[in-house]
Amino acid sequence: MSGGLYSTERKDYDKTLDLTKVKPYGDTMNDGKVQLSFTLPVPNGERAVEAAKQLVKKMGIIDPQVVYNAALDKEFTFFVVYGSVVHTVDYTAIHVETVDVQTMSMEETNQFIKEHIGRKLVVVGASTGTDAHTVGIDAIMNMKGYAGHYGLERYEMFEAYNLGSQVPNEEFVKKAIELKADVLLVSQTVTQKDIHIQNLTHLVELLEAEGIRDKILLICGGPRITHELAKELGYDAGFGPGKFADDVATFIATEFAQRKLPGIK
Amino acid sequence: MKSKLNLNWEIVEKARECARNIANDTQKFIDKHTTVAVERTVCRLLGIDGVDEFGVPLPNVVVDNIKKGNGLSVGAAIYIGNAMLHTKLTPQEIAERVAKGEIDLTKLPMHDLFDIKLEVMKVAKQTVERIRKNRETREELLRKYGDKQGPLLYVIVATGNIYEDIVQAKAAARQGADVIAVIRTTGQSLLDYVPYGATTEGFGGTYATQENFRLMRKALDEVSEELGRYIRLTNYCSGLCMPEIAAMGALERLDVMLNDALYGILFRDINMKRTLVDQFFSRVINGFAGVIINTGEDNYLTTADAVEEAHTVLASQFINEQFALLAGIPEEQMGLGHAFEMNPDLKNGFLLELAQAQMAREIFPKAPLKYMPPTKFMTGNIFKGHIQDALFNMVTIMTGQRIHLLGMLTEAIHTPFMQDRALSIENARYIFNNMESFGDEIEFKKDGIIQRRANEVLNKAYELLKEIEREGLFRTLEQGKFANIKRPINGGKGLEGVVEKDEKYYNPFIELMLGGRI
Repeated sequence: MSGGLYSTERKDYDKTLDLTKVKPYGDTMNDGKVQLSFTLPVPNGERAVEAAKQLVKKMGIIDPQVVYNAALDKEFTFFVVYGSVVHTVDYTAIHVETVDVQTMSMEETNQFIKEHIGRKLVVVGASTGTDAHTVGIDAIMNMKGYAGHYGLERYEMFEAYNLGSQVPNEEFVKKAIELKADVLLVSQTVTQKDIHIQNLTHLVELLEAEGIRDKILLICGGPRITHELAKELGYDAGFGPGKFADDVATFIATEFAQRKLPGIK
Repeated sequence: MKSKLNLNWEIVEKARECARNIANDTQKFIDKHTTVAVERTVCRLLGIDGVDEFGVPLPNVVVDNIKKGNGLSVGAAIYIGNAMLHTKLTPQEIAERVAKGEIDLTKLPMHDLFDIKLEVMKVAKQTVERIRKNRETREELLRKYGDKQGPLLYVIVATGNIYEDIVQAKAAARQGADVIAVIRTTGQSLLDYVPYGATTEGFGGTYATQENFRLMRKALDEVSEELGRYIRLTNYCSGLCMPEIAAMGALERLDVMLNDALYGILFRDINMKRTLVDQFFSRVINGFAGVIINTGEDNYLTTADAVEEAHTVLASQFINEQFALLAGIPEEQMGLGHAFEMNPDLKNGFLLELAQAQMAREIFPKAPLKYMPPTKFMTGNIFKGHIQDALFNMVTIMTGQRIHLLGMLTEAIHTPFMQDRALSIENARYIFNNMESFGDEIEFKKDGIIQRRANEVLNKAYELLKEIEREGLFRTLEQGKFANIKRPINGGKGLEGVVEKDEKYYNPFIELMLGGRI
């Protein structure tokens, strides 16, 4: 089925990189190669393989090769498919919202806060709503941090409070006021059917109702969070996968100073 | 089995002795208290089920009624027995009348205590008989099909819809899974009641209800018959309804229950008094029902560092072992937990994981150890993740772990797709078959990295246990010795549901299931 070890395909397309027409790269510029794996709810067999090919073609992938197919159950078949995408994107026209700061080390951040803010910042974090997972908020806040990046608790210039998991939004806001928070961190790890969006929006509404939304920095994070989504929901920043405590700390320090926020008094 | 680790057995015995003292000391507190969850469990075991017109479960209705009348300290069984003598009705009929406001349990004149106990005991014995039969059925089926040797492949289903879970569970069984766990919906552990009936909506999992248990058990019995292999069913006996879930599981023949003495305190912020009292009764039920309990030490390593805090896992295994023995759970039903959670960048990390797993195997030789896959350092790079899982699989087959939770290459991305599960099962079966006798063929170098590591962890665990013995378990939890999490003794959820027992307190099931230790 597959073409053997050495590809004998004709390669008569333009092999120069054009950033206005970017395609996936396998082993030759513009070959468009992608790998896909998926399951179809049909019994394994010739018809199933044909169904997989047709489906992949509809995705804009030509020359699909079903390199592996196996029954997962009587009525389910798993496929691994390779092919070439016909579509391109214009890389030069793309603009993405990102948290645009040069990440500082813990010492630099502490120094920055001393110089520009002149007092400790109170950071209150929690995994809110029904979410029982603390892994995200712990990675950012715990003394020990994660993957060699110390958490906010270790920073001299942060007074960090980690409220843990399953903290109702109402409780979170109450605590924030009680602790006179400057910054709120919200983690959403496991979500289904987009409940995290409802939950995050609900928190913004509560903060607005209390009249404290514009006094503080409001930040969310989690595997399904992007900075763009966070902004859309009314947060100051969002941190997704691959971001660590120092990224968050840098953002807090620079943004808080720049906007001259008062914090909750 | 000859020790590969050259462990210092004197330290093992001393550590076990400390754990025994810690458990005995805590048990004194447990024996003096009951909780709303324990009493709701008594109601369930007396046959009370269903919901009132507002959807409130009848066990809650009955216990609330008794609590309002300040009667909880003598136990629900007394009031139900008394009402049975008065009305000649069954406990279920009585509960329905309580729900309608026709009976107020604590307001009825009290019969003679001896007569009440006699009346309750009749019903209690029937339930206990049903649970005993379930146990026999399991043993019969295991005899009929023959129980699998070597690691049991444990996978989760988590669609939120019990009927969809059944499709996934059957497919997983056909692919080679031996144990199916139905993950609970996020947040169920904090509900102070058990939802009723079949459910089709959940977040990140499916509600644990008795009807859902029954439906899944039936489906797995069918697929067991088809495959000629007994497929075990698992659920989560934790949270504010720990003993109720145990009762439901015993009634519907679940085989494995997550059931940790400390987990709820640390990871769900449930009050420690509440959890410790609840875990005792839940374990009495699990022990009697022949259910393997899985303890949750692996969770420590998701928040604390797996290298530095490895000794807390061992210390907790010792403590869980002693609590389990007090509740009548034999070693063969103790699925003590641990996990493969070290940072993959660590030099020789595999050797340290191997040392930990082998150590657990040697210290708890009869326990069907539960071994958890990497989760904390799974990144979304599914290709690397599949290899991390392969190393984890190798440790299991080399050290004889029993309940092997399959790692998924898509961990940290989503709850498993059908194909994720199939690939993980394929990975494990390949390694288990290809390396089956590897563990029998190797010895570890004397005073090498592995032997030294095991003894170091053992010594630190012993030191910690000595400290806990000195301070007491409650104080230790307040100080954050486990998983770096601090919990105040009167903080957390569910404390208002803890009640001191009156000297007339009566729970027929402790007596029937444990043989009258108390």
